[in-house]
Amino acid sequence: MAEPLLKVDNLGKRFGGFVALDGINLSVQPGERVGLIGPNGSGKSTLVNCMCGTLRNETGTVHFDGRPVDGLEAHERTHRGMARSFQLPRPFPSLTVAENLRIPLLYTAHARSGRHLTQQESEARCHELAGLVGLAAKANKLPRDLTQVEMRKLELARAMAADPKLLIADEAMAGLSQSEVDEIVALLITMNERGVTVIMIEHIMRAVMAFSQRLVVLVSGKKISDGPPQEVVAHPEVIGAYLGQ
Amino acid sequence: MRSFYFYLSSLVVGGLFFAFSRWLGNDYLFFAGYTVLQFVVLATAWNILGGYCGYVNFGSAAFFALGAYSSVALHKLGANIDRYFPDSMVDIAKLVFPLNIPTLIIFGGIVSGLVGLGTGYLTLRLRGAFFAIATLALSVVLQTLIVNWDFVGGSRGAYIIRPADVPILDSYIQYLFLVMLVLAMIAIAISRIIERSRLGYGFATIRDDEVAAEACGVPTLRLKLVATTISGALMGMAGAPFPYYIGYLEPSSAFGLAYAVNSIAMPMIGGTTSWVGPLVGALLLGTLQQIATVTISSAVNLLIVGLLLIGFVIIAPKGIVGLVQDYMRGGTPKDGAPTWRSRLASFANMRPGAR
Repeated sequence: MAEPLLKVDNLGKRFGGFVALDGINLSVQPGERVGLIGPNGSGKSTLVNCMCGTLRNETGTVHFDGRPVDGLEAHERTHRGMARSFQLPRPFPSLTVAENLRIPLLYTAHARSGRHLTQQESEARCHELAGLVGLAAKANKLPRDLTQVEMRKLELARAMAADPKLLIADEAMAGLSQSEVDEIVALLITMNERGVTVIMIEHIMRAVMAFSQRLVVLVSGKKISDGPPQEVVAHPEVIGAYLGQ
Repeated sequence: MRSFYFYLSSLVVGGLFFAFSRWLGNDYLFFAGYTVLQFVVLATAWNILGGYCGYVNFGSAAFFALGAYSSVALHKLGANIDRYFPDSMVDIAKLVFPLNIPTLIIFGGIVSGLVGLGTGYLTLRLRGAFFAIATLALSVVLQTLIVNWDFVGGSRGAYIIRPADVPILDSYIQYLFLVMLVLAMIAIAISRIIERSRLGYGFATIRDDEVAAEACGVPTLRLKLVATTISGALMGMAGAPFPYYIGYLEPSSAFGLAYAVNSIAMPMIGGTTSWVGPLVGALLLGTLQQIATVTISSAVNLLIVGLLLIGFVIIAPKGIVGLVQDYMRGGTPKDGAPTWRSRLASFANMRPGAR
């Protein structure tokens, strides 16, 4: 088996007396599509925040692309190829859609390729990304002029602008209609087909099952199941966690 | 090409104002103009951290005073070479001193820039009101240090005797005015370059959402340190010629409330997201204050600032530039051809959503 792109060992995080993550182990192979599920408060977003450097884990280590990333700031992890979208869209409100997409190009392209993109290259890439998510016509609009699903798409496109090896989509479909969920799933699969490893955190099981090649379940800060989606959803502990004992 | 026209028009406007003032032959215009231009530099400097990055700095007076007191310290060293330099260095020191104003400005900028960098490193993990309080505390700490530092005059202040005149120009105040005019143009040029650069976009992301900025690969702490250093350095540069302007410098004048309040109010009234805002705010408020000083009383200066600030916060929170910008948005290019309104908006680098 190839060396994992992401390897999390014994990751632990507390908020005061509350144990948010308790010895999480997770390994993600390059090119994989992983679904991460769990009830509210199970620690999914905390795990993402610890992996991406937004929060500091108290125990355990995170290896990305064969190297430890513990102690690195969030932007340094992004430079290494780890990108994320947020549960609640966090566009830069004073910048247009195109400018939002331009930020990762300005700040990560240099770190990855060793040279800054020219103005033309940057504009072409912004145009390409906006087209990929269907926002080309709104490239010069402000985020406040976008619909909810367009905001989600902007989040994903901005994460993709960092040219990541791993994309972590944190509840990218929350609050969307069925057809909009299908759009986002298709978009994530397209990104995966372009060679990006994707971890999808989601509550919408239809989307999770359609997307994931592997499913990981967290409950109360612990990993209770990890495997093929059909097997995981039939696991008694998972059924218990979702439906009650 | 757009930058070329900008610098050319800046030179023409500055030159015309200087020539007009000389033609009138009234030195008061230079005294008043110096103060207004000083506020242009201070407001522009404040805006780099406060407007572009969203970090409100209440310590502008401290950086300004540091520039002023670095000039006092260097002036005193130059005036007492035999006393402060070892015999072996006296001849060299006599060649170097007295330092001219541009050199003092550079020194003032370096000192304040370094203090800005240090302050930033200590305080930039704080946000919002906590950062603002920390900068206010910096001002209090530095004032206490200066009050107790006898070398620069301590609480009794220091007299600076400036040369009676300078070559070419008629009086020293004209020279100081010219220096401040050039400094204001440099400050505006720096602010404009930053706004249009990769750095400016990084600052905007810090102002909008720091967590999202980090996730996009923006090194937020490093950028904030750059902002505090540039902002602090420009404020120090504005303060460096001040002892020569005022003639007698004491802590209460150098650390005056007016500097802190005006540095914030001018960009807020002008508009904080574009280099134009602080310029407009400083010219408007600075001129109003000068008019009030000669027609009513200097005591009403801060009252004017306060009333205008309250008015703008309620009626036009985006400042004058924001008001104009809303009007400009009506100037959408037709068939791809830019209209005069879109050209003007583009010149002022008004992004469609800039707050």
